[in-house]
Amino acid sequence: MRTTLGLYRPGTSVLHRLPAGAKLATLVVAGVVSIFLRTPWSVGGALVVTLALYAAAGLGPLVLWRQVRPLLWLLVVLAAFHLLVSGWQRAVVVVGVILVLVLLAALVTLTTRTTELVDVVVRVARPLRRIGVDPERVGLLLGLGIRSVPVVVGLAGEVREAQLARGLGSSPRAFAVPLLVRTLRHADRLGDALAARGVDD
Amino acid sequence: MPTIELDGVSHAYDNRRVLDDVSVTLTEHRIGVVGANGSGKSTLARLLNGLVHPSSGSVRVDGLDPVTQGREVRRLVGFCFTDPDAQIVMPTVAEDLAFGLRRHRLSREETAERVEEWLGFAGLAAHRDHPAHLLSGGQKQLLALAAVLITRPEIVVMDEPTTLLDLANARRVAERVAGLPQQVVLVTHQLDLLAPFDRVLVVDRGHVVADAAPAEAVSTYRQLMEGR
Ligand SMILES: Nc1ncnc2c1ncn2[C@@H]1O[C@H](COP(=O)(O)OP(=O)(O)OP(=O)(O)O)[C@@H](O)[C@H]1O
Ligand SMILES: [Mg+2]
Repeated sequence: MRTTLGLYRPGTSVLHRLPAGAKLATLVVAGVVSIFLRTPWSVGGALVVTLALYAAAGLGPLVLWRQVRPLLWLLVVLAAFHLLVSGWQRAVVVVGVILVLVLLAALVTLTTRTTELVDVVVRVARPLRRIGVDPERVGLLLGLGIRSVPVVVGLAGEVREAQLARGLGSSPRAFAVPLLVRTLRHADRLGDALAARGVDD
Repeated sequence: MPTIELDGVSHAYDNRRVLDDVSVTLTEHRIGVVGANGSGKSTLARLLNGLVHPSSGSVRVDGLDPVTQGREVRRLVGFCFTDPDAQIVMPTVAEDLAFGLRRHRLSREETAERVEEWLGFAGLAAHRDHPAHLLSGGQKQLLALAAVLITRPEIVVMDEPTTLLDLANARRVAERVAGLPQQVVLVTHQLDLLAPFDRVLVVDRGHVVADAAPAEAVSTYRQLMEGR
């Protein structure tokens, strides 16, 4: 199982060419605005705008679907909960807002090179140097975070395949334990590799 | 060439001694290390950039102590691991190559130029914006190797960097490694890679049991393995 969740897709659209800082700032604004979305109509409007942005970036329904798929169960459960407890309007608003924000965040990473995002974060974090925070390290953390998603998903796929190949059924524990072991081992080796590449200075 | 000096070096992982009183002085251009699985080769390699500290004895790399001067030593020594997945720290191929150059503070053009050169080396020019995790195992290994070499370290230590490569790529990497101007320490099970090397150490159960020109060292190693 290999994923391309939220990973940069080269392109030449306006969204690709927009500076990374502008995109991140817009994302923050969208996050603030979303707090004030209270009606199904306004949320529906936000969703339409989001979908239009995907189209403008030249990203098709398949890419869109890939960003949503990992969240699907969470959204279904949330929707069911709010339907029962607070009615359909609330269900649409809650699920819709999460959907819009996730899609927008994914849109930023899909249309921006990680290096550019890292550069912006390093720049924004520069004042933190005074309180002892190394901005380069904050940026690195972001890069590693983005890079780690496919790694862990890939490890999960490997564990699953190994289980199937050995004729083991799907026991959650037989899945979780080796996944945890592999993830920790990966983290350990990554630490060594980062040190070797001079990141501990 | 820089001098790498191990003086009475032992190393134990939780009381289990895996290197025992190793003393060698390496001044040659290309140095190979061979030995059985678990004999201590990777431990030896890791001593050279301070990822592993000796339990006793001392290591000097170009006069620097990797224990107390780890930062300086790692700036000098480029290290390539076997597992390429753990070495790739950026999401796409070109970005990972550029990552190592960040602390060199090169201009944009210089960075781009070097990235181009090493994309070519790795045969990954067509994959520059590709997610690195979607590469094949061998392609990842080439990327990891290129990511080390792009920073032009003065000493290159490689721990089995060619295990996943096909014949053509293994040969290309072997040629490139043989042509590197830097001092090279290569740990490998692929004995034919060592033919152009100046000196080969055979490690067995934590000891350096042979230390000679490649042909002689490799034949000693073969004899050693035949008895097992
Ligand atoms: N982090 C560690 N913790 C505990 N023991 C370790 C660790 N790393 C290695 N060892 C042990 O030290 C011994 C030497 O390991 P090392 O990795 O140096 O061998 P190697 O010669 O590189 O083997 P291979 O050819 O299989 O890579 C082995 O017995 C191994 O089990
Ligand atoms: Mg090893």
